[in-house]
Amino acid sequence: MNTLLSRKTKGDMLFDAANYILLTLIMLTVLYPLYFILIASISDPNLVYSGEVWLFPRGFTWDGYDRIFNDSSIWRGYANSILYAVVGTLIGVSLTVLAAYPLSRKDLVGRGTIMWFLLATMFFSGGLIPTYLLIKDLNMLNTIWALALPGAGGVFNIIIVRTFFQSSLPDEMWEAASIDGCSNWRYFLSIVLPLSKAIIAVMVLYHIVGFWNGFFDALIYLNDEKKYPLQLVLRNILVQNQVNANMMVDVESYAAKMRVTELIKYGVIIVSSLPLLILYPFLQKYFVKGVMIGSIKG
Amino acid sequence: MLTNREISTPHEYAQTIKPEKHTWRKIKRNYELYLFLLPIIILYLVFRYYPMYGVQIAFKDFSPSRGIWGSEWVGFKYFQQFFDSYNFWNLIENTITLSFLSLVFSFPVPIIVAIMLNQMLAKRYKKFVQSVIYAPHFISTVVLVGMLNVFLSPNSGIVNHIISFFGGKPVLFMADENWFRPLYILSGIWQETGFSTIIYLAALAGVNPELHEAAVMDGANKWKRVWHVDIPAILPTIVILLILALGNIMSIGFEKAFLMQSDLNYATSNIIPTYVYELGIQKSQYSFSTAIGLFNSVINIILIVAVNRIAKKLTETSLW
Repeated sequence: MNTLLSRKTKGDMLFDAANYILLTLIMLTVLYPLYFILIASISDPNLVYSGEVWLFPRGFTWDGYDRIFNDSSIWRGYANSILYAVVGTLIGVSLTVLAAYPLSRKDLVGRGTIMWFLLATMFFSGGLIPTYLLIKDLNMLNTIWALALPGAGGVFNIIIVRTFFQSSLPDEMWEAASIDGCSNWRYFLSIVLPLSKAIIAVMVLYHIVGFWNGFFDALIYLNDEKKYPLQLVLRNILVQNQVNANMMVDVESYAAKMRVTELIKYGVIIVSSLPLLILYPFLQKYFVKGVMIGSIKG
Repeated sequence: MLTNREISTPHEYAQTIKPEKHTWRKIKRNYELYLFLLPIIILYLVFRYYPMYGVQIAFKDFSPSRGIWGSEWVGFKYFQQFFDSYNFWNLIENTITLSFLSLVFSFPVPIIVAIMLNQMLAKRYKKFVQSVIYAPHFISTVVLVGMLNVFLSPNSGIVNHIISFFGGKPVLFMADENWFRPLYILSGIWQETGFSTIIYLAALAGVNPELHEAAVMDGANKWKRVWHVDIPAILPTIVILLILALGNIMSIGFEKAFLMQSDLNYATSNIIPTYVYELGIQKSQYSFSTAIGLFNSVINIILIVAVNRIAKKLTETSLW
């Protein structure tokens, strides 16, 4: 069987060769910008600035990282982002799993209605401004709740978790347990949750990445700089070119300032991506799993 | 209900009474499940359904002091104002062009890459390539736009170094309205291609190997097998994803366009979501910006329903 498929004509060999070369080029196109940021963040900013750093770091320096680590706004952003990610993930994942389980049960009266109640929000929403006014009226501006609550329990996630429950928890299991007098609550805690570690991991990682990378809600709902998550701090540095003055006290000329700013930019990209980089093996595994489960239905 | 109606036979009695009693029993027995659902229902009512009620300010002269209910009805005044405004067509054009061009250029790329990956026989190298090309998906939009800024900077960016190396003049990429769309699309392809291959790879993995064997027996080379086995096999997946993408043409994301936007590329980067933000959040024109947002979501719904209906007729695959 294998021999048949591995039999190759000359054309096939050409095909394979072209395929390998092209994929390698694609891979390098993705990799090089990331690699460049890494080497630029530890190279002499003057050499980076004049375009003399290509493949290897030159004029090695930790200067950029030194300045970053001494800047309180980045640390505060880091701490805020961790707090928002932890609280937001806890709330989001609990609500999602808690809602998805009943919706996976065929004997739930009103299941279709409740499903539509949730799904309808995918087609129509009040939009940015009415939601903003509501958050304002609830006095939630500048609080963590404005980030953690409005988006919690998204329909897509609920559907993914529900699909997982439906395909991995047979109806008979609940029937047997309920005949033995097991309550729904106990069944959920001692049977459903332990069997759902994989999907909970998927959800936790989805939420962590979402909160870590998100900046839109923070942009709208937070205006106190002390509460800014890392992404908003980054936005000031990377997009608006505003590097904190105290990171630059010792830099004299305007030209030198610009160079150091670039150095800080490279470093800050690395520093902010570090947590997700550490999580990357898990992220890859569980995000792929999530896409697979999500694609079973729709 | 029982008293008004005469029940003649036991059978009929069973029919009228039992289902209801049974339903109640079911609800009662599973009352905990409703408690599980309670938090999400409350959350949806507050944060998703109440704003739908609030959307009426699009038809009112909203003033914060008088509240949603107390503000005065003005009918379609703000819609009219939007349709008459000088940048109405520019906004529509920018939004649709950006979204449509993104779709046209970005959509086929992951399909091609997935087919290529699927043809790759060296397992380890394939895994390595996948690990690399999935990675940008996890980069935040802020960092992505930051990367664009540093790479494309006219004095120090690596791209302009290359251009000057070949004797060209530095290009002000981020400050040029003609570069906004290409950059938006290319950076999107760079970031999302890898991750989007996953779903096609899953579909390709489901192709029956016997089909390939039969094709080899018939003398088909690899190229022909890609065309006549692989692509037909993943066509349903492609169609569904295309429907989804077409339906979402008017719901283009805010974040990247907003971050890439500057006064210098405003002529092409001003799209409906960024405009709603600018008017609503920055300038506090609540009613006007809500009207624009509502206009956008209505078109969105029409699009989704229409695209789905067409797809149902043409291909018998649909979303619902």
